[in-house]
Amino acid sequence: MTRRERALLVQVLLYAVLAAAVVVLALVADWAVIKENFWSSDGIGWADGNWGDLITTGMVNTIKYTAIAFAGGLALGLVLALMRLSPVAPYRWMATAYIEFFRGLPALVVMMFMGFGLPIAFQWTPPGGTVGAGLIGLILVAGAYMAETLRAGIQAVPKGQTEAARSLGMRPGATTVKVVLPQAFRIVIPPLTNEFVLLIKDTALLFLLGAAASERELTSVARDFLTSGPSAGTATSLIQAALLYLIITLPLTQLVAWLERRQRKAVR
Amino acid sequence: MTASLTPEAGTVPAIEIRGLHKHYGRHEVLKGIDFHVDSGQVVCVIGPSGSGKSTLLRCVNRLEEPSAGEILIEGLDICDRKVDLDEVRSRIGMVFQQFNLFPHLSVLKNLTLAQRNVRGRGKDEAVQIARQNLEKVGLSEKESAYPAHLSGGQQQRVAIARALSMNPDMMLFDEPTSALDPELVGDVLGVMQELAQEGMTMMVVTHEMGFAREVGDKLVFMDGGVVVEEGRPVDVLSNPQHERTQSFLSKVL
Ligand SMILES: Nc1ncnc2c1ncn2[C@@H]1O[C@H](COP(=O)(O)OP(=O)(O)OP(=O)(O)O)[C@@H](O)[C@H]1O
Ligand SMILES: [Mg+2]
Repeated sequence: MTRRERALLVQVLLYAVLAAAVVVLALVADWAVIKENFWSSDGIGWADGNWGDLITTGMVNTIKYTAIAFAGGLALGLVLALMRLSPVAPYRWMATAYIEFFRGLPALVVMMFMGFGLPIAFQWTPPGGTVGAGLIGLILVAGAYMAETLRAGIQAVPKGQTEAARSLGMRPGATTVKVVLPQAFRIVIPPLTNEFVLLIKDTALLFLLGAAASERELTSVARDFLTSGPSAGTATSLIQAALLYLIITLPLTQLVAWLERRQRKAVR
Repeated sequence: MTASLTPEAGTVPAIEIRGLHKHYGRHEVLKGIDFHVDSGQVVCVIGPSGSGKSTLLRCVNRLEEPSAGEILIEGLDICDRKVDLDEVRSRIGMVFQQFNLFPHLSVLKNLTLAQRNVRGRGKDEAVQIARQNLEKVGLSEKESAYPAHLSGGQQQRVAIARALSMNPDMMLFDEPTSALDPELVGDVLGVMQELAQEGMTMMVVTHEMGFAREVGDKLVFMDGGVVVEEGRPVDVLSNPQHERTQSFLSKVL
């Protein structure tokens, strides 16, 4: 047998095994039971099913919370990135310590600390209640990650750009704002979009802090439908939530892939 | 002729460098340079790679921090802490080997950004000055193009126009044609020659011996971090005094 023939044989075998597995599964599985458990007809109706709450409360809040956490994280990240690149050494140390600290912790721990730890210790009422506290925790962590992304973007802008601006007499601040940052942001759009996708998924952690009915994000709404509502006792609402998450995240990850391809091509 | 003790306007050199040293760590790149460019003069600097030409040029507007020595711009010591370095820089145009245009801005915006930000000119005035300078470098029709869509020669001419839009007293050029395809070199040198004829004070690091001979008032040969020889371009090029100058010129001419 030549090498090509052997490779072909291996491929045929792999397909045969796959086909056999599919056939066995189809014969053995009880499709009616599976369907009722994962896609219950009571839960998927438009008028009386779970969609209404899942979308108008859960998905809307998920997007809202993600946007808040992203904007906050970006602002915090920008400050931290500029501090890390500052000529003033103590600023650099503080930013480095912050970034290392918050990247080394689970986001959930920080969120619970903001949601329960601080309020208990200092009788502090967080703005926006528990959800607001959780979002602050998310921002604190996201800021640390985004700082590193932004720093890499700023450092990727060629040194000649700064030199050109300074040689024209522009001050350091103006050089950063007018010349360096616009180019850095263009470089970091793909990784920042990734960051956005990660945040969408991280907002699910808010479920563990608890929220009023109207403040629930998508995972919380789906969790409540597991035990109450038309499809209670089945996993239908989780499947529905999963689909809704994918509707938001898949286009974004595709967008990132497209942006990255385009950026690679644009490199002169 | 002796130097006047009380320099008046016009008698102070545009650029004067005294005892300039520069080292990176323990590597000494400039080993005591004395050098001046008079107002209205075109001084070309030549020398082998690594001889410190760029470092010297970049010390003139302190893009590179000198280790020791004095740098006087129109008589003003720019290493003095009280000097507003950004103001001094705005009067010294600089042109880089790699152009360094702002890629996120159109040609016109490249020319107006510092005018507005540093000179505080209004939009209309800045645009008008930008257009004059684009016309001067022969690129009026490119004002809304982005740098990436221009040839290297066009980018370098835009870079010259950008520097000129600040109405500088003098211009520094660091091998402005070295990154260009041979057929594009002429356009850029043409613009520089025109500038020289208008009386612009220029310091030009270059490998273009033809330009140095035709346009330069003075030629400086550097090697190993020192000025080895300087004089009228014809003299240095046709009748070099130093052995090192001779061997360098025999390789490049
Ligand atoms: N930032 C730096 N750090 C360390 N060494 C440097 C730095 N910049 C320049 N040098 C060194 O200084 C020396 C002089 O460099 P410079 O760029 O001034 O030479 P040059 O005459 O302009 O050469 P070329 O014709 O190749 O441009 C070189 O040996 C170079 O390696
Ligand atoms: Mg050089």
